[in-house]
Amino acid sequence: MRRVLSALIGLVVLVALWEGYKAVGNPDGTVLLGVRILPRADDLSMPHVWDMLTRLGRPELTGGRPVWRVVLSAGLFTLGITTLGFAAGAVIGFLLAVAMQRFRLVERGLLPYVILSQTVPLVALAPLIAGWGGTIWPEWMTVAVIAAYLAFFPVAVGMLRGLQSPQAAGVELMRSYAAGWWRTLVKLRLPASLPYLFPALRLAGAAAVVGAVVGEISTGTRGGIGRLIIEYSREATSDPAKVYTAMLGAALLGLVVAALVSLLELPLMRHRRRVSVVTM
Amino acid sequence: MKKRLLPAAVLATALALTGCGTADTPSTPTPGASGALTPIKLQLQWFYQAQFAGYIAAVDQGFYREQGLDVQLLEGGVDIVPQTVLAQGKADYAVAWVPKALASREQGAGITDVGQIFARSGTYQVAWKDSGITKAADLKGKKVGNWGFGNEFELFAGMTKAGLDPGKDVTLVQQQFDMQALLKKEIDAAQAMSYNEYAQLLEAKNPATGALYQPGDFSVIDWKTEGSSMLQDAVWANTDKLNDPAYQQQTVKFLAGTIKGWAYCRDNAQACRDLVVAKGSKLGKSHQLWQMNEVNKLIWPAAGGIGVINDADWKQTVELSLTTKNQTGDTVLTKQPEGLAFTNDYIQQALTRAKAAGVDVNGTSFQPQTVTLTAGGA
Repeated sequence: MRRVLSALIGLVVLVALWEGYKAVGNPDGTVLLGVRILPRADDLSMPHVWDMLTRLGRPELTGGRPVWRVVLSAGLFTLGITTLGFAAGAVIGFLLAVAMQRFRLVERGLLPYVILSQTVPLVALAPLIAGWGGTIWPEWMTVAVIAAYLAFFPVAVGMLRGLQSPQAAGVELMRSYAAGWWRTLVKLRLPASLPYLFPALRLAGAAAVVGAVVGEISTGTRGGIGRLIIEYSREATSDPAKVYTAMLGAALLGLVVAALVSLLELPLMRHRRRVSVVTM
Repeated sequence: MKKRLLPAAVLATALALTGCGTADTPSTPTPGASGALTPIKLQLQWFYQAQFAGYIAAVDQGFYREQGLDVQLLEGGVDIVPQTVLAQGKADYAVAWVPKALASREQGAGITDVGQIFARSGTYQVAWKDSGITKAADLKGKKVGNWGFGNEFELFAGMTKAGLDPGKDVTLVQQQFDMQALLKKEIDAAQAMSYNEYAQLLEAKNPATGALYQPGDFSVIDWKTEGSSMLQDAVWANTDKLNDPAYQQQTVKFLAGTIKGWAYCRDNAQACRDLVVAKGSKLGKSHQLWQMNEVNKLIWPAAGGIGVINDADWKQTVELSLTTKNQTGDTVLTKQPEGLAFTNDYIQQALTRAKAAGVDVNGTSFQPQTVTLTAGGA
C-alpha cells in the first residue's frame, strides 16, 4: 500500500515538475553564451501532460485505432522480445559466470572480451545481425539477440562476483566435507551469489528493454514500441503530443519489466537467510 | 510480420528459424520455366511510404507475378543501408540515392544503377517567406539546417555554386528529421523533401491563426532550379551477378514489373495511396496522397521512358559528388566511378517489354493533382 502511494506521489511530482517548468520556463528556452542550458517550454517542445493523455484516447489516424491501443499492443510486442532477450541473456550470462568461476583460465581469457563486448556500439552491431533476419530466423529474433547481447553482461559479471563471494572459511569447510566442485557450487556458491544476482538481473532487465527498443529503431522491425517512437517522432512537427505517447509506452514497458524481474526474486528470497548462515 | 502468412509451417514457426519459407533460395533458377515464381528481395530505403508506392503496387497488383517473379519488399531502418545489404547479397536489388550508392561503390560495393526511377530530385531548402530567402545566395549569414550523413550535398553544392563558402558564410546547424527547428525559428532555412518534410510543415497548426500553415508562409529553394540537384531513388543491382544471363533476364523482368507499378500509381494515385496505407504506414492518408503526388512529379513526365539514366544528369551528379565539399571538407567521391556504375541496357529492354504490354512509359500527359493536407496529415 505504501509503495503504491509513494509511486503515485512520484508520478504527481513528475507531472508537477513538467507543468511547473512549462508555466515558468521561457518558451524560447534559456540561452547562456550561445548555449541553451534550459529547454524550450513551448507546446511544440513540451506538450501539456493533458494533451498527451487526450492524444492517447484519440485515433492514431482518421478512422484508425485509438493511440493507446496501438501503443499497448506495440508495448506487448516489445515485452515479448524483451522477455526472450532477457531470458537468453540471463542464461548465457549465468553459464559464462559458472565457467569463469570454475576455470581461472577461462576467466582470464574471457572476461576482457565480455567487457569489450559492451563497448561495441549497437549501431555497428545491429545491421550485421539484421542481415540474418528473414533468412536464418524471423526479423524480430534479431532484436531479441540484441537485447540478449546487452542483458548477458551484468549477469555474467555480477554472477561471477557472487560465485567468488564465499569466504575462504566456507570453501574450506566444504572441502573438509570432501564436497566436489558441483556440490560446492550448489550448496555454497549459488546461494551466496543470490545477493549479487538480483541487482544484476535488474540491470539486465533494464538493458534488455534498451536493447529491444534500440534494436527495433535500428533495424526498423515493425510492431514494437521502438518503431513506434521513430514513426511518431517523424510527426513531431505537426503532432508533438503523439511522440510522447510512444515514450509513455516505453516507460511503461520499463516499469513492467522491472516489476517482472522483482517477481522473479520472490521464490528465491527464502534462500537469502540461509546464505547469511553459510557465509558467516 | 507478413512472412508468417506464408503457408509453410504456421504453427511450428515461432522459434523454428527457417520454417518461414524465407530461407535462401538458389539465386538463379530458370525463371518461370515450370511456372514457379522466382523469389526476389528488394531492399527499400525506409519504412513503407508512398515514396515506394510503385514497388508496393507492382507486388499488390501482380505486375511482378506476371513477369514470373515473387518479390518480397524489405523495409529499411535507421541503420539499414540498402546498397550495403545489396552488396552483401542479402537482397537481389536495392533502392538508393545515387550519390550515396556511388560512395558505397567507391568503398568496394559491387553495385550498378540499372534503373533511375526518380528522374528529378525532391530536395528543398525551406525558409520563412518574410526572411526574404528565395535563392541559395540569400543564405549568406543565415543559420542553415542540414541533415548530414550524405543527405546534405545538394545544399552544399547549391551554396558553393552561388559563390558562398559553406564553411564560413553560413552557420550550419545539424537538423533533426522533423521541421520543429524551422517552426521555432532556431534556423532560418531547413532541408526538406518535397514529398515528406515540406508536407509536415503544411500539416502543422499556425498558433497565430489557428489554421494550418500555408505554402504562402514559406519560400522554397528548389535545387533543380539552382542547378545543384543530384539523382535520387534508383534501382541498383549486383554488378557481379549482372554477368550471369539468368540474372540479366531477371533484372529486365523486375524492371518491367517496376515500370508497370509506377505507371499504375501515376494513373491511380488514390488507389496507390490506399495500398501504402494498407501496408501499415503510420503516416496519415492526406500525407501519403501528397507524397504520392510529389513522387509522381519526380518521375513523370519521363521523356526517354521511366528509369532511363540521362547522361547529363548522371554527369552532373558525379561532378557535384567529386567537387562539393561539406563542412568537414569531405566530398562524396574522391575519383570518377570505375567499372559499371550504371547501364541503360536492362531498363531499355524492360521499357520495350512494358510498351509491348501497352504500358504508357512516358506519361507525357501526366498532370499532378492538387492535394489538400489535413492537420497531422491524418
